[in-house]
Amino acid sequence: MQGRSWFRIVSLIVGFAFLYIPIASLIVYSFNASKLVTVWGGFSTKWYGELIRNEQILNAAWLSLRVAAITATIAVILGTLAGMVLARFGPFKGRTLFSGLTTAPLVMPEVITGLSLLLLFVTLEQLIGWPQGRGMTTIIIAHVTFSMAFVTVIVQSRLAQMDESLEEAALDLGARPWKVFFLITLPIIFPALLSGWLLAFTLSLDDLVIASFVAGPGSSTLPMVIFSKVRLGVSPDINALATILVVAVAIGVAIAGVMMTRQQKARDRDAQMALAANQQMIESLKKG
Amino acid sequence: MKWLRRWLPSGRTVVTSVPYLWLLLFFLVPFVIVLKISFSTAQIAMPPYAPLLHWMSDKVVQVQLDFSNFLFLIQDNLYWKAYLTSIGIAFVSTVLCLLIGYPIAYSIARSDPSRRNILMLMIVLPFWTSFLLRVYAWIGILKNNGLINNALMALGIIDQPIQMLQTDFAVYIGIVYSYLPFMILPLYANLEKMDLTLLEAAEDLGCRPWEAFLKITLPLSVPGMIAGCLLVFIPAVGEFVIPALLGDPGMLMIGKVLWTEFFNNRDWPVASAVAIALLLFLVLPIMYLDRAQNRADEEGERN
Repeated sequence: MQGRSWFRIVSLIVGFAFLYIPIASLIVYSFNASKLVTVWGGFSTKWYGELIRNEQILNAAWLSLRVAAITATIAVILGTLAGMVLARFGPFKGRTLFSGLTTAPLVMPEVITGLSLLLLFVTLEQLIGWPQGRGMTTIIIAHVTFSMAFVTVIVQSRLAQMDESLEEAALDLGARPWKVFFLITLPIIFPALLSGWLLAFTLSLDDLVIASFVAGPGSSTLPMVIFSKVRLGVSPDINALATILVVAVAIGVAIAGVMMTRQQKARDRDAQMALAANQQMIESLKKG
Repeated sequence: MKWLRRWLPSGRTVVTSVPYLWLLLFFLVPFVIVLKISFSTAQIAMPPYAPLLHWMSDKVVQVQLDFSNFLFLIQDNLYWKAYLTSIGIAFVSTVLCLLIGYPIAYSIARSDPSRRNILMLMIVLPFWTSFLLRVYAWIGILKNNGLINNALMALGIIDQPIQMLQTDFAVYIGIVYSYLPFMILPLYANLEKMDLTLLEAAEDLGCRPWEAFLKITLPLSVPGMIAGCLLVFIPAVGEFVIPALLGDPGMLMIGKVLWTEFFNNRDWPVASAVAIALLLFLVLPIMYLDRAQNRADEEGERN
């Protein structure tokens, strides 16, 4: 066993070093005074100042954040419906096609998704005059289409784990299906919806290829601006942007972690109380 | 109220049809259009292709199928090379991902249960930061006056910087780095639920630990390996960002070729034909992945 635990520790250390050293290097060099990103020229925060003054980046970031928030919200609604259909509705006509359509966007190369959506938008504009030109709306539609697949997978697997007897009990007691969904199912799968929302938000904020195809002139998202800058070589203000992003993600994950632990504890407590109440009732029944 | 309910579709139909219609309109129909345009000829117009359907005077639709785009793809060596390069690069990266990801997934699955979740969280955490920026980080590490070359030269191991950026090596690193979580997640899920008493039984019967690993753990983890490999291979074939930022500018990967045809040459029909051909390459692995996932779901439901 000694030899094997040594192997485990080494492979974990090497693995995590591989994953985290590049991110750490981005952060360290964002505080570098020198413009040559990899030559250390002393500590400085001037690139942050330059970033805040860069209007092109700020505009793109604002557009990307709005697109990501709207995308994530629509994707969670559609993905939850699709997950319900796949996990609860059993076989129906066209189910195979439906399940194929929900998994294919997960692995479809982005260049294909981007190209095909752009051609759809162009065709639709010719046929019915909508969408007029391309911009925020077309980016949102494209992002919803590929990110709802991820939400569907998360919701579906959460529903598969969930104890169906709770829903069945509510239905037996006369609750309407939609009431069961909103009062029983939704609260139980809420953490899955939250992580689905965050995932869709991140995917949308991160997407370069699909947005490049479906965005019109004048609607550059943040990754598009970063890409055109980075293509010409390293630039320290991008390092500053990366650092801000990493810190934001770390804070977000920490908050989500604390929230989920707290919720889990509350649920455990509720379950214990229910159990205790049940026990009391049995005792009193026995006495009676 | 009763007559109203008869006319309105049932709740079930509504719930099914909303996401269904969305996916049909924004995922399936676009492919039909791509297929259609791949059979069209390029024109200097907006949109830059000739219409496929012509309404004749007697209201008969004449369909013009133009196979020249596909003939062009077949005859031009560039496209064959691009497809072969993409598949080769994706294959090597997938194997590297498996070789690096397996020990990590194995180590996490066999570590203390209380630590597993936090370790897996650390594996997926980089995935939450921007993919583009993580690829960008490697430019600073790999370039001629980057971290690795500077460190090696400071240690006196080399006098001249080694050219690493703009090589195949850099593309492998970029793909492995970006897609490693996709390999580790299914492998971990598989290794974690494995029945460890099998290993105990093997060791009781005199198997050495590494023999038990080769004869029991490895064969049982094949489904996880297949799922992980497909999740890395399929997107890697069409990858655009990584070869564009880390690879040789002259390197032909199919995602890049499609991008150039579309944005630089503005040849939409050829770009569509490239997309259709790429899809034909990927249809089998995608279908296989879908089947593997359905099987895993069924097994999960049975347990």
